[in-house]
Amino acid sequence: MKNTVLLGALTVAGLAAGAAGAATLDDVKARGTLNCGVSTGLTGFSAPDANGVWQGFDVAVCRAVAAAVLGDPMAVNFVPTTGQTRFTALASGEIDILARNTTWTFSRDVDLKFEFTGVNYYDGQGFMVPKALGVSSAKELDGATVCIQTGTTTELNLADFFRVNNISYEPVPIETNAEAQQQYLASACDVYTTDASGLAATRASFEAPSDHIILPEIISKEPLGPLVRHGDSEWGDVVRWSFNALVAAEEYGVTSANIEELASSPGDNPEINRLLGTEGELGAMLGLDADFAKKAIMANGNYGEIFEKTIGEKTPIGLSRGLNAQWTEGGLMYSPPFR
Amino acid sequence: MTTMTDPPGQGFRLSQLIYDTRYRSLTIQMVAMILLMLTFSWLVVNTITNLHALGKDFDFGFLTQPSGYDINQRLVEYDSQSTHGRAALVGILNTLLVAFLGCALATVLGVTAGVLRLSNNWLVSRLMAVYVEGFRNVPLLLWIVLIFALMTEGTPAPSAFRGETPSSSMLFDAVAITNRGVYIPAIHFAAPLFENNFYNWLLVLIVLAVSIFVVKRIAHWASVRQEATGDRPTTWYLTLAILVLPIALLLVLMGAFLDLPSLQGFNFGGGVHLRGSLIALWLALSLYTGAFIAEIVRGGILAISAGQSEAAYALGLRPGTTMKLVVLPQALRVIIPPLISQFLNLTKNSSLAIAVGYMDARSTLGGITINQTGRELEGMLLLGLFYLVLSLAISGVMNVYNNSVKLKER
Repeated sequence: MKNTVLLGALTVAGLAAGAAGAATLDDVKARGTLNCGVSTGLTGFSAPDANGVWQGFDVAVCRAVAAAVLGDPMAVNFVPTTGQTRFTALASGEIDILARNTTWTFSRDVDLKFEFTGVNYYDGQGFMVPKALGVSSAKELDGATVCIQTGTTTELNLADFFRVNNISYEPVPIETNAEAQQQYLASACDVYTTDASGLAATRASFEAPSDHIILPEIISKEPLGPLVRHGDSEWGDVVRWSFNALVAAEEYGVTSANIEELASSPGDNPEINRLLGTEGELGAMLGLDADFAKKAIMANGNYGEIFEKTIGEKTPIGLSRGLNAQWTEGGLMYSPPFR
Repeated sequence: MTTMTDPPGQGFRLSQLIYDTRYRSLTIQMVAMILLMLTFSWLVVNTITNLHALGKDFDFGFLTQPSGYDINQRLVEYDSQSTHGRAALVGILNTLLVAFLGCALATVLGVTAGVLRLSNNWLVSRLMAVYVEGFRNVPLLLWIVLIFALMTEGTPAPSAFRGETPSSSMLFDAVAITNRGVYIPAIHFAAPLFENNFYNWLLVLIVLAVSIFVVKRIAHWASVRQEATGDRPTTWYLTLAILVLPIALLLVLMGAFLDLPSLQGFNFGGGVHLRGSLIALWLALSLYTGAFIAEIVRGGILAISAGQSEAAYALGLRPGTTMKLVVLPQALRVIIPPLISQFLNLTKNSSLAIAVGYMDARSTLGGITINQTGRELEGMLLLGLFYLVLSLAISGVMNVYNNSVKLKER
């Protein structure tokens, strides 16, 4: 008798647990907000501005997805995560999407069971040192004390780089970018290493950015992109194509300035028509409105506009497009066709 | 003739389970037990189901995979090609190190502050009150971060020691205090007896322990002698010789020399590097727990009847001797049980190490390893198991000590 009750309860519990893993898209629509994991503060990529509104390159991805799904780019609940907490937050369902300059690697994709939905920034790991140190190459860093953000791929690349070059170093593990910055500026470490874009962003927030140089060596490939949980391909598609819409929009010259006009009636370019939903049923296939891509683009502009606004050459961070230019201009940004 | 008959036997009714006091408590216990088991099994099943939904399994195989990351403070050999299990071991040893250092310093601080807080000197007792209340009532994490910040911001960088006219200089040319930690001289052996340095130090420790044991025996012999004859034989030269000679001989034999820290490249080289993270964590844990121990010690002393000290004074003992020989030994019986729980607290609080980047078990096994392998559940279970075993071991050892000092009733 007791056993039967127990087994019955187990079954009920099992069913309840199974039901909890419903489709993310429905959850987000029902909730009315998108839970988006971002960094704890990296100028240009994700950081709150003076009014407490999150701004940045990664934030823009979240806003585009929120606009595509919910029609409101501001309906995002930003969850700051550290290098150590981000994957747990995503796996546990605390966040729907992680846009936190996270490197796409084999083991994260396959073993950690995540799905990378694209690359929004092609990066590589670099080193920043004070000019006064008189170092011009990373290979001269034998015996240096290096600040690293713990729980990142940089930690592993660093170990590989120093081992392969047969030089020694003293790692100082640090939880967040802000703490690393403070340690570095107090010269508790000689070198700060992270993705080159992150270094540029960090240096831009220094009082005297010109006192610090970024060494020429880029020691790794760091394709950064938004990711979602494995096993919910519909949601993965929504995020992937919301982002692709931004990239495609730049390629076809759709900007926040001319999008209203282009979307008002079908034009000459069928690709733009399909993208903006004036032709075809692409939105419905995703379970979204026909003009989902239009909403996503209107949130912050196309990929190029977002880049220029947040981290481009006119901003204090001053990153050039480089690898992140459109494929038509020698870069790697390439959206599969909207068809 | 009368016969005693049982009351007419009534069949067992279900309502008796609730209304009959003979069964009620049993019923309640059974219901509570079933509910508890249901909750527990729901948790387990829920975990299994959700792990399955995520496509994850439950596997400790990651412990044998190469870790790929470096650890700055390692008490055993380790590099980025070692396994995650080895990394966990390095972290565990670091936890043990800071817990041991912390417990030792906290005890010294606590006993001192506890005794001094009862001092008749107004200034001393108030100062101790400020220490106790200040540290007891501010969260530990703040103290850890504060001490670490003071070290990084308030001490010079190694580059300040460089150049013709350096702005900082080493203490006695032997100790360098920098914002990356403190460099102190190390003892090295030019002609070690064993390949593995660990055994050399073990040998030194064994020789020291034997010397101390012999000295104790001599003191005991002197006391026996004093009681028998009334004369205490002079033993100090013997004691000194036994303490110093064997260890000096061993050190000379192994060619011990001092390795002074000196500027090498970006950092100081040579000597022993006590990292800022270790010092900050150690000091903060000791000061914080010391404040609690001070109150326990004060309570223990106050629990001893004043008649004990008065009797000691009447015998002509000085206050210091009275405290040492009469009051503290008795107070220990009251002090030790709560002291055990303070040691346990300190050990578990050492898991705040990540705040200053100290690579303890929480930072290696429970931090980077989990993050790189995605084995949250396995890692956290292992970590919990480690702290459980460590805590039980500490309280086991302390209970043995407690049994040795507690009141022996004959």
